[in-house]
Amino acid sequence: MPDLEVGDASTSEARAAVERVYRSESRRVLATLIRLLGDFDLAEEALHDAFTAAVQQWPASGVPANPRAWLVSAGRFKAVDQERRRAKHAAARDAIADGLALRNTPPPDIDDESLDDDWLRLLFTCCHPALSDDARIALTLREVCDLTTEQVARAFLSTPPTIAQRIVRAKAKIRDAGIPYAIPTRADMPERLDAVLHVIYLVFNEGYSATSGDAVVRSDLTREAIRLARLLLDLLPGEGEICGLLALMLLHDSRRDTRTTAEGDLVLLADQDRTAWDQAEIEEGLELVRLALRAPRYGSYAVQAAIAALHAQAPTAAETDWSEIAGLYDVLLGIDASPVVELNRAVAIAMRDGPEAGLALVDAIVAGGSLDRYHLAHAARADLLARLGRSDEAATAYERALRLASQAPERRFIERRIAEVRGLASSTLSS
Amino acid sequence: MKYLCLIYEDETFWTRTPKPELDAVMGDYRAFGTTYIQSGHILGGNALQPTATATTIRVRNGKMSTTDGPFAETREQLGGYYLLEAKDLNEAIQIAAKIPGAKTGSVEVRPIMEVPESVLNLMSESSVSA
Repeated sequence: MPDLEVGDASTSEARAAVERVYRSESRRVLATLIRLLGDFDLAEEALHDAFTAAVQQWPASGVPANPRAWLVSAGRFKAVDQERRRAKHAAARDAIADGLALRNTPPPDIDDESLDDDWLRLLFTCCHPALSDDARIALTLREVCDLTTEQVARAFLSTPPTIAQRIVRAKAKIRDAGIPYAIPTRADMPERLDAVLHVIYLVFNEGYSATSGDAVVRSDLTREAIRLARLLLDLLPGEGEICGLLALMLLHDSRRDTRTTAEGDLVLLADQDRTAWDQAEIEEGLELVRLALRAPRYGSYAVQAAIAALHAQAPTAAETDWSEIAGLYDVLLGIDASPVVELNRAVAIAMRDGPEAGLALVDAIVAGGSLDRYHLAHAARADLLARLGRSDEAATAYERALRLASQAPERRFIERRIAEVRGLASSTLSS
Repeated sequence: MKYLCLIYEDETFWTRTPKPELDAVMGDYRAFGTTYIQSGHILGGNALQPTATATTIRVRNGKMSTTDGPFAETREQLGGYYLLEAKDLNEAIQIAAKIPGAKTGSVEVRPIMEVPESVLNLMSESSVSA
């Protein structure tokens, strides 16, 4: 929360109350202030002023019955005062008139429903498809999640000035291009919701897949992504793809402690300690998958979550229902065809029908060209060759994968595999 | 707000497409124009002659150079534009998506810069005194 000047010890109790309210309400109050003031920066300043006023006034007056409404009113009046003072200095008469007009408008309706709508307005505006992915992520983490620019920079291995500039530019585009502060119309909702879910998914992936940087901040990202999806589902209940994405994230997150060794080496799904998977997250994820698949509109997140659910439900790796998983990849290809989905389907088919069948598919995909530079395509091919006992070819394919891999744990994993198949290759020769 | 919708497409489309299909596209443009002129969204617009007719002008150190063709050689060329009046970017995007060229090429939506009245007054005063 913003630095507040605390006068003496008697205010410490009120300060604690303000901090509690700040944590639970600040983003919703900000969202409403942006609507009322029509400007992100003015609203942020007003939010700060409102909380400063709360620290000053709540010790004497007590915490108001509806702190949100109190803070919105306080912020709004502070902004009007600020505007009038600025107008005086600049002698800009029309700004005074605007300020007075704002002051004379009846106080806004501040009920829970309008505050929820404002939070959605904020989220949909920050994730508007007219903004770049990078801008949407930075803006969402800053404005909706209240991460500092320093935290966002650390999470994305960037510098605070770069992130700050990205946010300033995004706000300028919102203002200058006329991106409205609005919940999408019903006709626009599917596309706009996809854009929001995409941002949440990217935030989650950054926390989940990246293996460098500050580990604590990284798990913050997965937690923020899950929290955003929960809030969104609260406000738009029954949306299949929100259920699907939340389920997908929970089912992946349930395995977070078993994915790497204490030394930071990768542990394959088949080798993970399934007893250490987070059962509460799995239960919640499974229930959401059921909801997602029953929804009138489900898409790729729901199907990916259904695949993750089958993995989560298998008592051992050997008991995984690969037949069902291969079928779900067929469904996924129908929704969202991509070479990476094809590759995953080929691996599932290899598990179902044997490595020979999988290898034919992987060879065809790699020959298609688009995954020729994708290290996991060559790693998958190498794995299948190794299982067929073609160790020399497997080693060559792993070496190709190693040349393309950039993450340190992945590189160590591939190096270990090369040593294994090379050992196998030489023992085959010597036998 | 006012938005300029710039329609970019492969201009050979107009020379290589058979006449019946071209007529269909022209029909689509007429229908689009009729709808959004009546609704008050279209303030103006034109199709442009192909880039073979373009001339690019630069003035450097007071010296003018004239070159043949558009500024940049790209796969898609500016082929026409509409000037729209729209409530906000969402409305502009909805209308731009209905421009027939969006189906074969792409449409760039650019907000028109709002120049404050005080600046406009200054500009007109200086042009009077010039």
